[in-house]
Amino acid sequence: MLVLAKFAKDKPAVLGATIVLLIAIVAILAPLLAPYPADVSASHLLRRLKPPTWAHPFGTDNLGRDIFSRVILGARGALTIALMVVGISMLIGVPLGLVAGYYQGWASEVIMRVTDVFLAVPQLILALAIAQLMGPSLQSAMLALTLTYWPFFTRIVYAEARRLEASLFIDALQCIGARGPRILFLHILPNCISPIIVRATIGMGFTILVAAVLGFLGMGATPPDPDWGLAISESRAYLPDAWWFSTFPGLAIFLTVLGFNLLGDGLRDIVDPRLRRSR
Amino acid sequence: MLRFVLRRLLLVIPSLAGLLVMTFFLIRVVPADPAAALAGENATPAQVAEIRRQYGLDQPLYVQFAVYLGQVARLDFGESAYSRRPVSLDIKLRLPATLELTVTALLLATLLGIPLGTIAAVHHNRWPDTLLRILSVGGIAVAAFWFAIELQLLFAMQLDWLPLRGRMSPGLTAPPTLSGFLLIDSLLAGRLDAFRDALRHLVLPAFTLSLGGLATIMRFTRAGVLETLQKDFVTYERAQGFPPHALIWKFVLRNSVVAAITQIGLLFGSTIAGAVVVETIFDWPGIGFYTVQAILTADYKVMLAVTLLIGVIYALVNILVDVVHGLIDPRLRERG
Repeated sequence: MLVLAKFAKDKPAVLGATIVLLIAIVAILAPLLAPYPADVSASHLLRRLKPPTWAHPFGTDNLGRDIFSRVILGARGALTIALMVVGISMLIGVPLGLVAGYYQGWASEVIMRVTDVFLAVPQLILALAIAQLMGPSLQSAMLALTLTYWPFFTRIVYAEARRLEASLFIDALQCIGARGPRILFLHILPNCISPIIVRATIGMGFTILVAAVLGFLGMGATPPDPDWGLAISESRAYLPDAWWFSTFPGLAIFLTVLGFNLLGDGLRDIVDPRLRRSR
Repeated sequence: MLRFVLRRLLLVIPSLAGLLVMTFFLIRVVPADPAAALAGENATPAQVAEIRRQYGLDQPLYVQFAVYLGQVARLDFGESAYSRRPVSLDIKLRLPATLELTVTALLLATLLGIPLGTIAAVHHNRWPDTLLRILSVGGIAVAAFWFAIELQLLFAMQLDWLPLRGRMSPGLTAPPTLSGFLLIDSLLAGRLDAFRDALRHLVLPAFTLSLGGLATIMRFTRAGVLETLQKDFVTYERAQGFPPHALIWKFVLRNSVVAAITQIGLLFGSTIAGAVVVETIFDWPGIGFYTVQAILTADYKVMLAVTLLIGVIYALVNILVDVVHGLIDPRLRERG
């Protein structure tokens, strides 16, 4: 409860949590909330590129589709991609980090050197290259993002596991004959859960951002997906006249990523007193 | 100190070796048939076979890897399928544009980030601090490609204050190339018109690119200033009646920006990576624009060369930051 009270005092973090919650609700209820749910693939050429009105609060796009509906429907895709990428990266990265941190030896060295190599190349360039090599599609974009994100989890968990491995309670467990996997997953893992959660929260925002770049460059979602990055890319041909076409999908990306980052920031302050902002 | 630097350099070798292996795998092993990929979509089987022989793709993998290492050592990355020129020449011609953009962006991030971070720290936990914190998180949250388009929309298309794209207006002749930085070259040639034009072209892309670094520098400055403000010497100076403004901007800041300045080194790598997106939007003739073209047209040789280049820059910058840290804090040298 103390934690909750502390969190409630942190206004930016509460703002972040509210945004994330709102976007999650929008994503789950998207087909019910969108005024024109059929506008994912429909086209109404008679009302193309109309500026915002009450009927179409965000205006319409080059095929006359309601941008408000498509932004709402796009939330679902963005969150799904981010959840999948961060979830799978966690499943790969966390066990590797645990093993590398707890057992020292050649296996640990190999894992960490491979991690270093992945971290040494900018994620965006690596993801673009992998997506291109596998053939541009939403699936390869997700795979590319996962392949480039797991090392972040390995890095963090490795550092925590190294620290915990040297602590007294682990020595005690070893003395009473607890075996490796038991120590790793029942004792070390629960102790590094907070940095994992913080990393995952920030990773959600980050993944949405990189996925939007992939979509924008034509390496992710394909038309007629209501993808935010793709919409911005399509809008470029209609500037400056149709300013609403690019502006609202971009604001949706911004708000979502902002929410996750503010939340992640606030969580970090709570779980890691060493990094607390008041110091 | 020399031993410390040497040890740092040695530690980077496994990472660079790994980078070489990874790029090799990406190009040679991930695509089902690299020869077919190199030959293009409309190639006949005979052409594919010819390419396979020509590029040594029929050799065993370890021979191919040895050949690849030799090429990298000679900086011979072959010819770009997109520009029809040697990749290393293309990179040489385009690197200055990217460096000019990146350095300007980092300069902007530093010049804005340090004062803003200080202001946030001085007004700790009051509204300017909260506002700046939301702004700094926002700076990381904004999609650079979208922000760039919005800036173009407002300042280039609607208001017509700044140019839309490129590095220089089409009508203007570029000053003779000395440093490759248009701003410096035009000043050296005494061409104020070219300088003004280059500067006007630089504003929007550099500002977009600076956002990520701005947020980071602001954060580290804020943390540093907050820590210094609690030191005894500050209390002492305050008690002496030293004017608060002079105290903060003269003494506190100087004692607080070390961490922020080391961040600038690390930001160099991520800013170059960010240039990929920004250059694409602004048609900036640098490495980033080149990379995206290469990736979109599946120009494997360019992808390879650029990935290696950026990997090496990352590694070098990391060593540099470590060395600077070592210079500042001798304890780090002991630990190695």
